[in-house]
Amino acid sequence: MTDEHPFERRSLSRRRFVMSAAGAGASLWLAGCGGSSTEEATGGGGDETTAGDGGKTYTGPKVDLAFWNGFTGGDGPFMREMVSQFNSENKNINVKMVVQQWADYYQKVPTAVASGRGPDVGVMHVDTLATNAARNVILPLDDVAESLQLEEGDFAQTIWDAGIYKDQRYGIPLDMHPLGFYYNTAHLEKAGVSEVPMTREAHDEALEKLKGAGFEQPFWQSSTWPAHLMFMSLLWQFGGDLYNEDASQATWNSEAGVEALTWQRNLVEDGYSPPNVASDADYIAFKNEKNSFHWDGIWQTQDLAKTSLPWAVAPLPQIGDQKAAWAGSHNLVIMRQKSADENKLQAGKVFLNWISEHSIDWAKAGQVPARNSVRESAEFEALEHQSILAEQVDYVKFPPAVPGIGDAQAEMEAAVNRAVLGKQSPREALDQAASKSDKLLEDNKKKYGE
Amino acid sequence: MPPLARASRVRTPRRAPVGGGALAYLFLAPYLILFTFFVVFPAVYGVWVSFHSWDLLLPNKPWVGLDNYRNLLDTSTPAGGDFWQAMKATGIFSVFSVPLLVVLPLAVALILNQKFRGRNFFRAVYFAPYVLGVAVIGVLWTLLLDPNIGVVNFYLEKVGAPQNIAWTTSLPWAWVALVGVTVWWTLGYNAVIYLAGLQDIPGELYEAAKVDGASRWGRFRHVTIPGLRPVLVFVVTITILASANMFGQAWLITGGAPGNETRTAIMLIAQEGLQNFRLGSAAAMSFVLAVFLMVVSLATFFAFRERKG
Repeated sequence: MTDEHPFERRSLSRRRFVMSAAGAGASLWLAGCGGSSTEEATGGGGDETTAGDGGKTYTGPKVDLAFWNGFTGGDGPFMREMVSQFNSENKNINVKMVVQQWADYYQKVPTAVASGRGPDVGVMHVDTLATNAARNVILPLDDVAESLQLEEGDFAQTIWDAGIYKDQRYGIPLDMHPLGFYYNTAHLEKAGVSEVPMTREAHDEALEKLKGAGFEQPFWQSSTWPAHLMFMSLLWQFGGDLYNEDASQATWNSEAGVEALTWQRNLVEDGYSPPNVASDADYIAFKNEKNSFHWDGIWQTQDLAKTSLPWAVAPLPQIGDQKAAWAGSHNLVIMRQKSADENKLQAGKVFLNWISEHSIDWAKAGQVPARNSVRESAEFEALEHQSILAEQVDYVKFPPAVPGIGDAQAEMEAAVNRAVLGKQSPREALDQAASKSDKLLEDNKKKYGE
Repeated sequence: MPPLARASRVRTPRRAPVGGGALAYLFLAPYLILFTFFVVFPAVYGVWVSFHSWDLLLPNKPWVGLDNYRNLLDTSTPAGGDFWQAMKATGIFSVFSVPLLVVLPLAVALILNQKFRGRNFFRAVYFAPYVLGVAVIGVLWTLLLDPNIGVVNFYLEKVGAPQNIAWTTSLPWAWVALVGVTVWWTLGYNAVIYLAGLQDIPGELYEAAKVDGASRWGRFRHVTIPGLRPVLVFVVTITILASANMFGQAWLITGGAPGNETRTAIMLIAQEGLQNFRLGSAAAMSFVLAVFLMVVSLATFFAFRERKG
């Protein structure tokens, strides 16, 4: 599966849900049985000095931590490896990792937390933090950030700011995964394009040359995933934004938005893309050398690396007036518990800190580390594709940290779908989706008590 | 009383069984308990939820009275607009899939009821798709039906059909695809039920009809169809309900595209309740859908009732 996002319209299969629920239940049960047999030895761990330093050290009794995430793809083994290294270095903390599809995860975690059977620590995408903070699923982590001397200095500004909701920090940024520009090097060579096209003019010219060289449809424009990620990137490039300042209104139907979506639709109109490109077809076609250009997330680097395809990746070309690219970001979070266990909380913070510090290992899974110190290290520079896409870190953008923003985003996604398919004009589709989203945003403000 | 009838009365119970009604309830108890906990209680609880702005995790679940229902009646609200579009999608799907799923399996059952070599093999073949989960058939057909890289279009073009039919992204093709896949997938189930019904019709009736000079069609019309009536009512009812509950196929194959045109009612309810956490609104939608289904089921039942005289 090429997707890597909570709002994907996939995998809600009942069977899979039940199976993973059973698996999670079993692991919780095991965690419950693990017990803390050494508890008396240290007097229950209520000791302020050992248990309250915000995640530097943990000296309390042995605890088990349930760590849930959605790393079902090639990234899973990397995280699992990190967890086992952590476990071997920290004898009194035993982290047990449970993996499930992101779509299931985002439905199950809140329910599990509400019933007091939630995990201790987890991973959440940056655009879901506000929703989960507002719904009392995750805990503020300001003390962790403080005591670990995690500060903006060591993080890219946008990534750092994105984890804040109502002046409180809810996520420790682990990585960012931006959209990238994949291209077939053999095609470019054959078409006589010597330089990767990074401007609109060069891009147009390259498409023409590719067509001339016999690559009839060099840039397949998908009507579903990741069309809306492309749209957001282009919208920002043309100087627009998704929402107004307080996210009470959608503003993607601005001139910038119309221009962005028209550019996407024109790929089809001008014959660079076949019409009706359905989900994953663009990527499958790219892997089969049917198209030359493909915009997709950084996570595809790991999949493409396994092929013999002549491919390379670059930052997104600048189609609009400025550089911009959509990105996601995994954040480490601590779940709210019905009955707080100071030891577990403290151990969880230690775990978060450790993972964050070892994010170079995570980068190898096809991610750009959130920490500047790691991103600028020689070790990261050596990761060819990741370091190229990391160049975008200064201008990546995320949807705003507003609870329930996914509801409005879904309307935008449907509008992009309609326009790319040619069912509606870009302006009409965006206008319609914006007026509907305004109502949803208003409802959400009421609901989440903004 | 004619002797034959008397002979068939094998035995006459002399008195009511020990325990009377109580024993019956005792045997029914396991089912009743499950029914109460897993059907009655959630349904009543759902009504309660539908009167609130309900999010499981928010401390405030404000009472909104009939607002959730009122929103559904007003198509200018997001919930109302989406809901009727989804109901329309469900309606379109049902109108086309139900007749096919009632008639085609009957034809298949009639054929499979004949005596011929390899009959059991074909019975298995027709039933086989039904054992696959919706996730399997969804992924399978998404790839087969892909407008640009799908196998179906590849072969259609070879035989001269129009190029690149958009099976999964445009109307009406998306409906053709969804109905087609569903018929292929569930045909076997209805066929098996018909087959069981056919085997229950006594052979003597056919012989008697033959003796009276009834043609093949006459025998089908006057022996098979009346003999199948209860089975037919059952098949029609469950097929309507299954079609109205269609979710997985659209979720996986079209993703609701184009736009939200093929988003069915159940798909919308799942999104509203589980993805957008508006359980009150989702519950209200469920009840409106349930009322629709009850009315349709009752209408079916009356349409097939035994006509007197």
